[in-house]
Amino acid sequence: MAEAIPLLALAVGRTARIAEPLPGTEIPRRLADLGFVPGTELSIVRRAPFGDPLELEIRGYRLCLRAEQVESLRVLP
Amino acid sequence: MSAAPELADRPVRVALIGAPNAGKTTLFNALTGSSAKVGNYPGVTVERREGALRHGERDVRVLDLPGTYSIVGETPDEQIVEKVLAGRLAGEAELDGIVAVVDATTLRRGLGLVRELLARGVPTALVLTMIDEVRARGGKLEPAKLSALLGIPVLGVVGHRGVGMDPLYRILPEPWRWSKPVDLPPAPDAAARFAWVDEVCRKVGAEALEPDTRTDRIDRVLLHPLAGVAVFGLVMLLLFQSIFSWAVPAMDAIDGGVGELARLSRALLPAGWLTDLWTDGVLAGVGSVLVFLPQIVILFTFIHLLNDLGYMARAAFVVDRVMGWVGLQGRSFVPLLSCYACAVPGIMATRTISSPRERLATILVAPFMTCSARLPVYTLLIAAFVPAATHFGVVGQQGLVLFGLYLLGAATAFTSAALLGSTLLKGTPSVFYMELPPYRWPTARLLARQVWHSARAFLKRAGTMILATSIVLWGLLSFPRAAPDPARSPAQEARANLEASAAARLGHAIEPAIAPLGFDWKIGVGLIASLAAREVIVATLAQTYAVESKNDFNGLRDALRADVDPRTGRHVFSLPVALALMVFFVFALQCTSTIVVMARETGSWRWPALAFGYMLTLAWTASFLTYRIASAFG
Repeated sequence: MAEAIPLLALAVGRTARIAEPLPGTEIPRRLADLGFVPGTELSIVRRAPFGDPLELEIRGYRLCLRAEQVESLRVLP
Repeated sequence: MSAAPELADRPVRVALIGAPNAGKTTLFNALTGSSAKVGNYPGVTVERREGALRHGERDVRVLDLPGTYSIVGETPDEQIVEKVLAGRLAGEAELDGIVAVVDATTLRRGLGLVRELLARGVPTALVLTMIDEVRARGGKLEPAKLSALLGIPVLGVVGHRGVGMDPLYRILPEPWRWSKPVDLPPAPDAAARFAWVDEVCRKVGAEALEPDTRTDRIDRVLLHPLAGVAVFGLVMLLLFQSIFSWAVPAMDAIDGGVGELARLSRALLPAGWLTDLWTDGVLAGVGSVLVFLPQIVILFTFIHLLNDLGYMARAAFVVDRVMGWVGLQGRSFVPLLSCYACAVPGIMATRTISSPRERLATILVAPFMTCSARLPVYTLLIAAFVPAATHFGVVGQQGLVLFGLYLLGAATAFTSAALLGSTLLKGTPSVFYMELPPYRWPTARLLARQVWHSARAFLKRAGTMILATSIVLWGLLSFPRAAPDPARSPAQEARANLEASAAARLGHAIEPAIAPLGFDWKIGVGLIASLAAREVIVATLAQTYAVESKNDFNGLRDALRADVDPRTGRHVFSLPVALALMVFFVFALQCTSTIVVMARETGSWRWPALAFGYMLTLAWTASFLTYRIASAFG
């Protein structure tokens, strides 16, 4: 089984699954309400021309978030 | 559940709830047509939209709730949704039914919100919008199948084409007859909710759709690291150009028309203060309201057009990082750019910023951007007092000063935004979500309606107030009058009247406060008059110096240069005074229209009062320093 890595370390275009949050932490409620829950597949579609925000694909839709909002997310490539 | 009989004599109340971009507003417009009433929820800046429709015997009131991804949260929008659903918002009657609006192409996200709603026990129906898009992208979503799984009515519509609306019209008036949801296992957290969503989607066959390849292809260019930035620059240049110069003919026409009407009135009516009130107070006031319309119409045509095409979100996506450095968002860019023309439409355009903190910060710094009303003031003072020297063969000194004033305004706006974000607005919630919607061709009718709404909102909410203040200012500048003296020329008469007016007294009264800046009472009167609109100071100075016509630019310039203070024997105006006055105009919130619009858009007078205060403090301090430093260099 692969090691969980920070989402921000995932290459653009690669798909990964959201990992369980580290012990003592949880996925921010706002992200959870959008369907960012462990086991869900997601990928980084693109970064904005100046590097931030990111466009993510998750649950069949796309959404832009700033890197700081998703920096706590960990994924299993 | 409420039964039908007690409803016989009151309208049925239904709310639309759904995520931003779910097609909620399109559905609302399709349902209620032109009956929509737009207002604000008391005490907050959240827009409240309600419309009515009649089906058979019953009146149905449809409430369009703010877009939200969840029914709990801390932003004003989310709190309004939470309170309305719970029936805890004062003045808001309990709901008979909830219509959840979900974009059919994002079902695997949208059902999460539906799951939260089903737990509340209020009759609920589900409307799937953009159902045609699902089929176009290889999906096979059957509303009937989903309805069987959830228990509640599920309808598929294409809101903007009115497809599938009839069944909705039929069920809307009688929420108490809607089928009840199936028994659902408890879902204590988001993970459990979305596990249920995934299961439902699997059963209903809502698999992943084929990607929207057309949108993808366009995005590869428009969001390209180089081409994307270039396109962004071009679009913004076009927008800037359009509000800056395309509006001018229409604004001149309004100015000319109002002026012509005033001349006609003067010719027909007996001379006297009542006629003056009509021409210089009322007509000039109406003119000062109408003159904003061309810019507002052009700007909002652009904004709605780009938004409907799908480019506004992309523009914000491109520029977000840069704006983020000073605590703003990508969506702050267009409003601030518009402020180079005028802060009034610029502040109105901040409605596109959904995050409360960034919206307030943008509104509060907007007046620092150099609006076009400052330009006549700068032009006059620079022409009169800045020597027309050239440096390095190409750089004109006068142009350099003008450029410096523009730069000073923008730099102050961005610095203040950064400071506000980390101090005063620290506790205000900030949210950032953005979706890049599929590119679509907008319809001319919808576009026209949106622009009309913006223009009407300005006339209704700000226009009356701006008219009232300009009449009050006219009164201050006109009364009391000097005793008429037939020996004086009309220009001298006008000067005598101004010198006797309440505004002149105010000018004298504030003289001690502005003397350290090198300003005398005449500039004080000009500053008071410029509260109506910044460029008015030019006309007031012309009146003070008894220049025959306010269009006599050279006459006024020479009068300013020649003016000597009888007490000191020195020139009233000098380069340091002119520089200090221009710096004052860079910073001061000398514009009642902006103040009024700020109050309307933030829902309170607290913010404009604060902005007026800090901008005045900054203006005084900067003017003082400019005057001292420039004087020291002689």
